[in-house]
Amino acid sequence: MNGLLLTTQQALQLLLSGDAELWSIVLLSFSVSLKAILLTTPLALLVAFALNHVNFPGRRIILAFFNSLLSVPTVVIGLFLYVLLTRQGPFGNLRLLFTQSAIVIGQMILCFPVLVALGYAAIQASDRRVWETARTLGAPTWFSILTVFYEVRFGLLAAVLTGFGRIISEVGISMMVGGNIMGYTRNITTAIALETSKGEFAQGIALGMVLLSLAFLLTAFLSYIQGKKEFTT
Amino acid sequence: MKKIILVFLLYIFSLGIVPAEPIRLATTTSTENSGLLKVLIPHFEKQTGNVVHVLSVGTGHALRLGQDGNVDVVLVHAPKAELRFVDAGYGVNRRSVMVNDFVIVGPENDPATIRGENDAVRTLQKIALGKHIFVSRGDDSGTHKKELFLWKKAKLKPKISWYREVGQGMGRVLQIASELDAYTISDRGTWLVMRSKLSLKLLAEGDPELHNPYSIIAVNPARYPGINYLGAMSLIAWLTSVEGQNHIRNFRLEGQPLFTPTAVKN
Repeated sequence: MNGLLLTTQQALQLLLSGDAELWSIVLLSFSVSLKAILLTTPLALLVAFALNHVNFPGRRIILAFFNSLLSVPTVVIGLFLYVLLTRQGPFGNLRLLFTQSAIVIGQMILCFPVLVALGYAAIQASDRRVWETARTLGAPTWFSILTVFYEVRFGLLAAVLTGFGRIISEVGISMMVGGNIMGYTRNITTAIALETSKGEFAQGIALGMVLLSLAFLLTAFLSYIQGKKEFTT
Repeated sequence: MKKIILVFLLYIFSLGIVPAEPIRLATTTSTENSGLLKVLIPHFEKQTGNVVHVLSVGTGHALRLGQDGNVDVVLVHAPKAELRFVDAGYGVNRRSVMVNDFVIVGPENDPATIRGENDAVRTLQKIALGKHIFVSRGDDSGTHKKELFLWKKAKLKPKISWYREVGQGMGRVLQIASELDAYTISDRGTWLVMRSKLSLKLLAEGDPELHNPYSIIAVNPARYPGINYLGAMSLIAWLTSVEGQNHIRNFRLEGQPLFTPTAVKN
């Protein structure tokens, strides 16, 4: 118990003293995961919209497929991507293995089904007349889609934040295709794994605290926005 | 649909732009955990303008990364596996860089009475005979290969009842051994870094069998044309130069010299 208190104290000191190595790892984590979520969101939401508004054969199956992808373990995505990106793999000549881009791609794959499934649910809850009205008033397709998105913006925001929470906290993909290279692909979660293996628990706990406060902030932000929405409608 | 694919491809390619070609070095956890590379690499980068990306994994994994062309150069410690690696045409220009040694550690009360032992084989026989818990890396690392070699030399087959194969890095294995009051074999560097956090004691050392030589090998550029062969060779040249070797000799961990350079004779 004493040891726990002591390591937590050391962890706080590390965070507050602005330990350069620690904060560069935090920054790297955020920049990589932000890239992944920003690149995925437009495409995933369009897919979610299409699944809602376009009736084509196999629609249900695709939806079930995305829903089942929600629980794919990250190491499996990591392994799958590794096999694709290794030098002898089909995309080996792109030389992407052990780069930030590899992590971004992996995290895009990871959050894509989250965004589609939650985005779908959000759009489904919208009033269908929004779309019909926009169309009858002569709005072009892209604008009508944006109107629907605007109507369900809270649900979509929740989807994006959930997706972000999923990828910033994953370790399997980052470790496998990133390689935990200091200053280049070492992010919060792979650093925690490494520091723990070295017995440097304080550094690990400090990084864990960053992740925890992020989770707390995201949740607080979400409930604040949703509370506001209830108040106005 | 075509547009979607196009946009997606653009995403991917815009991700693939990397400014300078780094040298990818796969090496063992022992060189990274001891802090040696943190001292050496910046000197090398400053002098040559190269950037080194260090992947620290077990020796077996590092050689596999080299074999697949996923790294440019490997710094490892398993002479037999290294020779096979070169013979098979996966690597070229193998140079020995430095040597340190393995130590056998265990619980303070030492139930197998191996304290002060300087014969590695006899030490392991004592541990096996008394069925004392022994934690093994089990990850095909250089340390694991050495441990298996010693068991073979001792003509012993470890039994599941007292032999714990955990498949993790050296630091984790020392922690596990400490929690289980067990014996294990470690490279001296990781032991020195970790010992203040462990309830283990250094019990046996000094057998020539416990020597731990490190070599650096460039990945064969004929197998993988795009590989950073010149970068790999410049790292090999620097590590085996008088200057690089001096940095290795002067490296201290908790006041103790850790590696003896072996590349250039004075």
